[in-house]
Amino acid sequence: MRILVVEDDREVADYLKNGLEESGYTVDYADNGQDGLYLATSEAYDLLVVDRMLPKLEGLALIKALRAAGRQMPVLILSALGEVDDRVQGLRAGSDDYLTKPFSFSELLARIEALMRRGHVSTDVVTELRVADLEMDLLARTVRRAGQEIDLQPREFRLLEYFMRHAGQVLTRTMLLEKVWDYHFDPQTNVIDVHVSRLRAKIDKNFERPLIHTVRGAGYILRETD
Amino acid sequence: MKLTKLLRTSTFQLALVYMTLFASSVFILLGFIYWATAGYMARQTDETIQAEIQGLAEQYQRQGREGLISVIQERIKKDLDDSSVYLFISRTGEYQFGNLQAWPSEVESDEGWINFMLEPPVVADRSGPHHLARGRVFRVEGGMRLLVGRDVHDLMAVQELVSRALTWGMGITIALAFVGGLLMSRSTMRRIESINQTSREIMKGDLSRRIPTRGSGDDFDQLAENLNAMLDQIEVLMEGVRHVSNNIAHDLRTPLTRLRNRLETMQNHIDEPIRQQESVAQALVEADRILQTFNALLRIARIESGGFQRPTDKVSLKELVDDAVELYEALAQDKHQELRADVRHDVQIPGDRDLLFQALANLLDNAIKYTPEHGCIRVWLDRGAQARLVVSDTGVGVPSEERGKVFERFYRVGKDRSTLGNGLGLSLVKAVVELHRGRVWLEENDPGLRVILELPYS
Repeated sequence: MRILVVEDDREVADYLKNGLEESGYTVDYADNGQDGLYLATSEAYDLLVVDRMLPKLEGLALIKALRAAGRQMPVLILSALGEVDDRVQGLRAGSDDYLTKPFSFSELLARIEALMRRGHVSTDVVTELRVADLEMDLLARTVRRAGQEIDLQPREFRLLEYFMRHAGQVLTRTMLLEKVWDYHFDPQTNVIDVHVSRLRAKIDKNFERPLIHTVRGAGYILRETD
Repeated sequence: MKLTKLLRTSTFQLALVYMTLFASSVFILLGFIYWATAGYMARQTDETIQAEIQGLAEQYQRQGREGLISVIQERIKKDLDDSSVYLFISRTGEYQFGNLQAWPSEVESDEGWINFMLEPPVVADRSGPHHLARGRVFRVEGGMRLLVGRDVHDLMAVQELVSRALTWGMGITIALAFVGGLLMSRSTMRRIESINQTSREIMKGDLSRRIPTRGSGDDFDQLAENLNAMLDQIEVLMEGVRHVSNNIAHDLRTPLTRLRNRLETMQNHIDEPIRQQESVAQALVEADRILQTFNALLRIARIESGGFQRPTDKVSLKELVDDAVELYEALAQDKHQELRADVRHDVQIPGDRDLLFQALANLLDNAIKYTPEHGCIRVWLDRGAQARLVVSDTGVGVPSEERGKVFERFYRVGKDRSTLGNGLGLSLVKAVVELHRGRVWLEENDPGLRVILELPYS
């Protein structure tokens, strides 16, 4: 998996490169928009991490040019400009996700993994999700674990659906808020944790092996443990 | 005041434009007067001479040379003011008859009008200044020629008088306009200078200075009043900045100290991986808290500074309230509190969905935090002259004298800096509400607190 990081701040770039390489990615790096665009169009990358304020060619312009050239790899914008309108601008320019500086590496990694995964999801309509002995029927909107039906509130259902669609991936609290509640905001308290712990109480409590796990300093993950 | 500076002022330049316009008008007017007086007289003279030549030609046809001479003689006799001139010469240029002695050298052609001087040898005995005459040549058969003319000295005098009046008039007009322009610009410039003076003093650091007004309510007073109002606003903002930066220093010192302590612990327990991991996790929590405070500050600052465009998308407040209540219900239930929404109508306002949700979330967050267990939190949404959103709780409330201050950044009720939160929640609410041109205030809920938001429909 190759990732191109376009970032003019040397320190941030090194931090990203080291972190991503430790996580098993091959990382190339460009310190301005022009070189970034050149690399992105001439080499095959699986994902781009792009800063917005870049010398020579601005981040959004880079993405627009890239899309105009027919390159469809996922792009994640990493920017100090983090308000809603900036985000909207970024997404309109053709990026796939937007992360505001300062960011935690685990948040970035979780989002990169989600974007990478998305590239491999088949376009077939899925009607059933399954992780270990947990089954979700998207048409009947029912959930069973080990054959036992579990009663979920609509929001709990959506939360679990998101977990199951991204099974094995770390999901941060911000990602859950954005994708399940569809709001971009900073909760001042652990409001998401409360919802996750309720969901856990329903799907994990009476079973031997828990499926939802807390990832310290990052978020949650749904996976089958051995 | 330097003259060059004065000449560069816009008032003076405007005066100059007016001066040019005015002078042109005066010039056209005087030109007309000239045409109507001196010009008229000149045309009159030409017509007289023409008529005279006409008459003499007829006379010659009827009575021949002798008759012509006698008529001329008669006319000279009748011409008391000596203004007509006649000279009849032979083909060879010899004097035949007339009141001139010699053919004037200026008269070379027999066609058209000729101006010539009445001076020797043309006239023998004219003393005093030499007069100018104007005339035409009339050809008599056999190569004889007759010069008929008029002394135009008086005409010239009138013309000169008029043109002198014209020149002076123009000169005076320009001079007056120039002086007027200078005076006008000087008074304008003096007032601008007073504004400049005040600006310079303010730039030197005395922000309490204000521009003096004359009280006449003219445009300069209005300008001064606006600038003064702007300065007031700047002063308030400066005060706010000072207050905030003081508070930032205070508020961030605590988490930074804690962060430092964690790192120190890590250093001291470098051989104990378990304790070290614990310290790293705690250090990250502290760092995140500091970052969150900074992000909140930046966000408020950006909303307040107009970094956001005024939102225009329609937002359903009912949807927002339902979602927020649903999100926070779990939190409230954990504290055995009742959280209920009372939405009578759906109310839609133009707004920024995420920011409004953030504001509502902050209010619910506070309410849950400051309400004891088994308390009750309610959200009302109602339609009135404006959309009205109320969050009430049965918590500890806020003393009435502190209710205005809670919206200030970092303000905490009861000087309590140890409680959770960064002291920015309500500041953000206020910034969001004001971005939507609404109002927010606190009321007594007896017991507890009621936060009221009023948001306009457009």
